Amino acid sequence: MVRHAILQLKPAKGQIGRNLEHLEAALAKLATEEVDVAVAPEAYPTGYFLQGGVRELALEAAELEDRLSAWHAAHYQKPLDLIVGFYERDGGDYYNTAAYLELGGRGLLHRHRKIFLPTYGVFDEERFLNRGHELKTFTTRFGRAAMLICEDFWHTVTASIAALQGAEIIYVPSASPARGFAGTRPANVERWETLARTVSGEHGLYVALASLVGSEAGKMMSGGSLLAGPEGEVIAHAPPFAEAVLLADVDLERIPPVRYDNPLLADLKAGLPLIFPELRKIVEEL
Amino acid sequence: MKLIRGAPNHEVLDLNYPLVAETLVRFIREELNGRGYEEAVVAVSGGVDSAVTLALAARALGPDKVHALSLPHRDSSPESRSHAELVAARFGVELETVDITPMVEGYAEQTPGITPRRKGNVMARARMIVTFDKSEQYHALPLGTGNKTERLFGYFTWHADDSPPVNPLGDLYKTQVWGLAEHLGVPDEIVHKAPTADLEPGQTDEADLGVRYRRADVILEHYLKGYPDEYIVALGYTPAEVATVKRRVNRTHYKRHLPAVALLSSTAINEFYLRPLDFRTEDG
Repeated sequence: MVRHAILQLKPAKGQIGRNLEHLEAALAKLATEEVDVAVAPEAYPTGYFLQGGVRELALEAAELEDRLSAWHAAHYQKPLDLIVGFYERDGGDYYNTAAYLELGGRGLLHRHRKIFLPTYGVFDEERFLNRGHELKTFTTRFGRAAMLICEDFWHTVTASIAALQGAEIIYVPSASPARGFAGTRPANVERWETLARTVSGEHGLYVALASLVGSEAGKMMSGGSLLAGPEGEVIAHAPPFAEAVLLADVDLERIPPVRYDNPLLADLKAGLPLIFPELRKIVEEL
Repeated sequence: MKLIRGAPNHEVLDLNYPLVAETLVRFIREELNGRGYEEAVVAVSGGVDSAVTLALAARALGPDKVHALSLPHRDSSPESRSHAELVAARFGVELETVDITPMVEGYAEQTPGITPRRKGNVMARARMIVTFDKSEQYHALPLGTGNKTERLFGYFTWHADDSPPVNPLGDLYKTQVWGLAEHLGVPDEIVHKAPTADLEPGQTDEADLGVRYRRADVILEHYLKGYPDEYIVALGYTPAEVATVKRRVNRTHYKRHLPAVALLSSTAINEFYLRPLDFRTEDG
């Protein structure tokens, strides 16, 4: 069992130090829960909508790692794995990045730079950020993992690639302004749940979604964080809009029997060579 | 064999109003707290928009943290005043009255030939002055009451009704404000009366606009989403209604923006130098 804490938090715009303290305080409250892995939302240290302010507030991955490692060393005896989304500065380039930090262990284990930068409607990411160009799984203390950020996950092909690469859990930091108020929950919250259940059920893996909350000048970040299990079931679900911490155990031992009963991932591997030429043709024609 | 008809598949304006209310309450609380405020000022006209705004503010902050202002002019309809009192009483908020007649007439006396329309604009701007002064007096943030329909039509006095820094209703069409009003318990006589700016005797919004709100809102929703005119007409709206709606929207874009500034550099504000309105840095 791998105990996960999904942190649905509300940052104060641009207040990096304060926001990291808030995250640390949320984790401190879980001191007796023996959390193995904590997941924070996209762009958590700064808030999501920065426009050109990304240039002023982006962090180098090492800065974030140093800060959180120092905090961890002062408060923890055992390692803690922390996934956090942040705006990353790398030389003159800026990315929307998720870091997987094995605090008290190997440090920055992996970083995923968001590939699909929404630049339509209320979103304007590609105007201010570079695209990531890699989608890779990696091995944690517990198993094989992948990270996808927000719109990366709205294209289910990315999760399919991660699953084919062996991912047993996909971590998804996100920031999603609520829109669509005709139903019982905001339409984007419904969509997130549908996506998470579809992906986890199709591939027999876990999906951990950590979604930002808080009003960013009227854009109400919706939350609705969740953990979905390998049969497409929702194991824990946070309400919209309010800060919350989800605490749930991930049992990676469940994955082989679930995949045996429902071998869609194996079928995908077997069938991929049949459909790949079509996919390659589409890419070549772009 | 059983015949099963599919659900309607078209744009709908109807919303889950309890969810909308809950979201707007949170919006008010978070936007005020983020700016260092715990209290709000709401100018209450006796109409449905300010009634809904007052109800949301009272829920968000508590009635004792909301300052309702009645700002009548001697030519205002007595019904507006009594409806403002009714609304304040319904939501448990104390109503403070400031008569703007001396402010408006002090100017009007020096301005021979002022037309009713100009005087109406002076009234709206006098109300803005009082609202912002009360904001300073009580350290309470003014809440705007403008809805999406009037914002899209530019049917408001520029730098008056649109000036409060936080507006919960600005993305709701008038039709949706009515729905929300019913959910929040705004008195029926306010929800069901003919909307009026009450800046000129006998004025009504729908006579001014030349189209009914409930029809305009459906046209607007389709127009904003990019449906062609023929599609909207096929829904049962006249070409004249569609044209009226589009004309009002497209003549008033300037009212929804900051002033045009001569762009001379690559650091022009809001053109090249782009920051969201809530942007802060740790030393800022």
